Amino acid sequence: MALLELHDLSVRFATNDGEVQAVNEVSLSIDAGETLGIVGESGSGKSQLSFAVMGLLARNGRASGRVVFDGQDILNARAKVLNHIRAEKIAMIFQDPMTSLNPYMRVADQMAEVLMLHKGMGKRQAVAEAVQMLDAVRIPDAKGRVRLYPHEFSGGMRQRVMIAMALLCRPQLLIADEPTTALDVTVQAQIMTLLADLQREFGMAMVLITHDLGVVAGSCERVAVMYGGRIRETGPVGPLFHDPAHPYTQGLLAAIPRIDQQGDTLSVIPGAPPNMTHPPAGCAFEPRCPYRRADCASLRPPLEDFAPARARACFAPLADVRAHRHNARLDDLETGTRAPSRDEPVPRAALAGAGMAGTPSKVDE
Amino acid sequence: MVIEERKMQSLAARLSQDEVRGRSPWADARKRFVRNKAAMAGLIILILVGLFALLGEYVAAWSNDELDFTVMGQVAQMGMPSLQNGHYFGTDDLGRDLFARTVQGTQISLMVGIVGAAIAVVVGTLYGATAGYVGGRTDQFMMRAVDILMSIPYMFVLILLLVMFGRSMSMLFLGIGLISWLDMSRIVRGQTLSLKNREFIEAARAIGVPAWKIVLRHVVPNLLGVVAVYATLLVPLMILTESFISFLGLGVQEPLTSWGALISEGAGTMNYGTLWQLAFPLFFFVITLFGFFFVGDGLRDALDPKDR
Amino acid sequence: MFAYIMRRLAVAIPTLLLLIVFSFVLMHMAPGGPFTQERALPPQVIANLNAKYGLDQPLWRQIASYLWGIVANFDFGPSFVYPDRTVNQLIAAGFPVTLTYGTLSFIAAVVVGVGLGVVAAIWHNGFLDYLAVGISIGAQVLPNFVMAPILVLVFTLWYRMLPGGGWSFEDPSYWIMPVIALGTSYMASIARITRSSMLEVLGSNHIRTARAKGMPEHRVILRHALKPALLPVISYLGPVFVSMITGSVVIDVYFSTGGIGKAFVDSALNRDYAVMMGVTILVGALTILFNLVVDILYAWIDPKIRY
Repeated sequence: MALLELHDLSVRFATNDGEVQAVNEVSLSIDAGETLGIVGESGSGKSQLSFAVMGLLARNGRASGRVVFDGQDILNARAKVLNHIRAEKIAMIFQDPMTSLNPYMRVADQMAEVLMLHKGMGKRQAVAEAVQMLDAVRIPDAKGRVRLYPHEFSGGMRQRVMIAMALLCRPQLLIADEPTTALDVTVQAQIMTLLADLQREFGMAMVLITHDLGVVAGSCERVAVMYGGRIRETGPVGPLFHDPAHPYTQGLLAAIPRIDQQGDTLSVIPGAPPNMTHPPAGCAFEPRCPYRRADCASLRPPLEDFAPARARACFAPLADVRAHRHNARLDDLETGTRAPSRDEPVPRAALAGAGMAGTPSKVDE
Repeated sequence: MVIEERKMQSLAARLSQDEVRGRSPWADARKRFVRNKAAMAGLIILILVGLFALLGEYVAAWSNDELDFTVMGQVAQMGMPSLQNGHYFGTDDLGRDLFARTVQGTQISLMVGIVGAAIAVVVGTLYGATAGYVGGRTDQFMMRAVDILMSIPYMFVLILLLVMFGRSMSMLFLGIGLISWLDMSRIVRGQTLSLKNREFIEAARAIGVPAWKIVLRHVVPNLLGVVAVYATLLVPLMILTESFISFLGLGVQEPLTSWGALISEGAGTMNYGTLWQLAFPLFFFVITLFGFFFVGDGLRDALDPKDR
Repeated sequence: MFAYIMRRLAVAIPTLLLLIVFSFVLMHMAPGGPFTQERALPPQVIANLNAKYGLDQPLWRQIASYLWGIVANFDFGPSFVYPDRTVNQLIAAGFPVTLTYGTLSFIAAVVVGVGLGVVAAIWHNGFLDYLAVGISIGAQVLPNFVMAPILVLVFTLWYRMLPGGGWSFEDPSYWIMPVIALGTSYMASIARITRSSMLEVLGSNHIRTARAKGMPEHRVILRHALKPALLPVISYLGPVFVSMITGSVVIDVYFSTGGIGKAFVDSALNRDYAVMMGVTILVGALTILFNLVVDILYAWIDPKIRY
């Protein structure tokens, strides 16, 4: 039995400028000990998906569907139920370690309170345990540093503190929401290695949410590619990378710069992500898709299995996609610009990267 | 009443970004403003109060300094609001027409508010923009001076000034305006600092435009949104300050009057049963404050939308 | 921390001296001098008066001796209008009254305002939020000089529950209206600031982390949200303090409570510069002292401020 199953999970945000459909009918499952990567560009709904699982949506967000953890439906569960699962069974680390730690509390207090809450430990014992965990995430001089405030740590060290804090109760599942995005490249590699090591050590499952395909290739077993709040393609990491079956996946992979690349121009996916206040009636990727056909603008392609453990949501014949036989020209789409409808003010929360609708996110700051 | 500094900073930060998504922020802002019911109500109130101040004189049956000898001495019985004798709002305890007096008070209070706010905004903007643009030691010195001035109990100093140099209207305008530019200068300075490194400023510097011209032609126009919001929110504060001083009898002098002076008179005579003397000036005072308050808030929310 | 306090003091003391010198110079620039009255006094009398109050000496000497009087003996000199009373006596008579209702009003405004703001933010867009927002918007246009007559009208003239003026240290029923009239509009502002900053904090990333730890919501608010949400309120306390002292003038005049505000307004109407300056300087000193306390409080809460 899967450790965590999502059935038709949808997330909606009520904003002043309309309803944002952040996540649409996503179904996924994760087995114990497994690593699943969720990939998509900013605004594809991948972070909101994880917040919905943990019951951490912003106040104006509503989730529907089912989230079954260990046989128990936890979506929109009572706070009491959720509070026993959070940190104890499912822990989470966030994108921005600068703001995700409480700047007004010492690291010792922030870590110790988790153990005091869930394990009923005394303060002294909890701090000792926190120091051990900081050692485990390889923070030098953990004993001395535990007394410091978050702003006295570097970015990478802060993310290590976040990881240590998440692992305090030895959860069965760790959701890592863009754990390396805010960090330097060299630090990114260290953090990913650390996460892989700790995952093996603790035997936990991990959901790794990222826009970085390199991170996924290096550490995941299975991948789900999201676009416009829906899953477009899933499959084991190797086949998906070598033989992408969805135009979007293909575009993402082609957009990775390579050292052996011929020519001067970097490959990009033309156009911009859809405005999720007014999602297109058909496939959300249609305006940007070189394989689009007549039906694509009006019908939504369902997610269908096409090979063992692999599924995709696309009307274009698999053979065409594999052979790169484009049948649409995309000259009219300028790269990098968005084309909002004329008179409708674009809600900020509906646009790329606005983390939780209604809350300050990286973009708004 | 208070102008929330953090919200103003958020607004300033947003307006000094590059043009938001290629569209003018003003176009979206107008739509948001029109959709904001409180702001529109405030705007309508302000228009009505403005019309009252401008046209009230022509409606009034009495002038503001005439004494109605028929009601004198028995104001509580005879001076109440009535359409027959032309005292729409009743009379004050001397038998003067309260409608005409309220029109006069509205004119003066609005004028003090608007002129005071204008002085504060101009001084604050120029000071802040200069400090921010010049930077370095000058900036530090100028801002430290603001810090020091901030910890002075300005109302007492203002009264001190009014007493020593005579309680003239111009002194009142100037005094009220000159004590309120401090916050404004801080916000403007912050925004100037972030504008300073934008390409168009550097371009102007590169072709040798003098600094004062850059400040006036390139920095200040870009501060317009903040200035507009701040000015709108400052007017009611100025009206409050003036009313406070006039309530104490230290502001506007007879035969002139203002809301504060009228409220003071009304409060002094209300136990003789002439409640209208308090009610009418108070009504205009309160709705006007509401009006400016809603419009200013709505303007800010329109320019700096947050889904709250 | 000690060095931080010292540095703040190093700014505060010159500010105060500056205020004293400024108001003294101002007094000298004033046309007419302190003894100009409707009935012109003979020049000889003026000269004698000037000599008596030391006004015939050079300006710097006057300032020096005035400063010395304040610093060494806490002496603001004699009143110019009532020769038998010193400024100190006038202030000493009123200050305890102002202090009593001022402190009560300040505490009430902060406690009620913060409480209202927090409640509104927690139940955002709920009934309590609308109620709190309604109260705070309504109360913002009710400054002390509006509240005072309204309160007297309702509680003295209509219901005859409370005394309409006067003061007694023994009978708290005299305190109620001054406290409410003075504090209401500041309570409203504090509630607004608390609400908006609490809303912002509750939507911030570190609160999401706290929730992800499985903490009950009330503990998230008390342990993680309250401190940062109060920081803007704390920096607003300085201006509130100044405005309240200023507002006490209206209270003293309207309720005849006999606080220092009355002495100030009387001296303003009588052109009694010595008393005006004494009160202004006293208020300035209190303000500077209070701002110092606020700064220290802020630094104590926010670890990012380096001492």
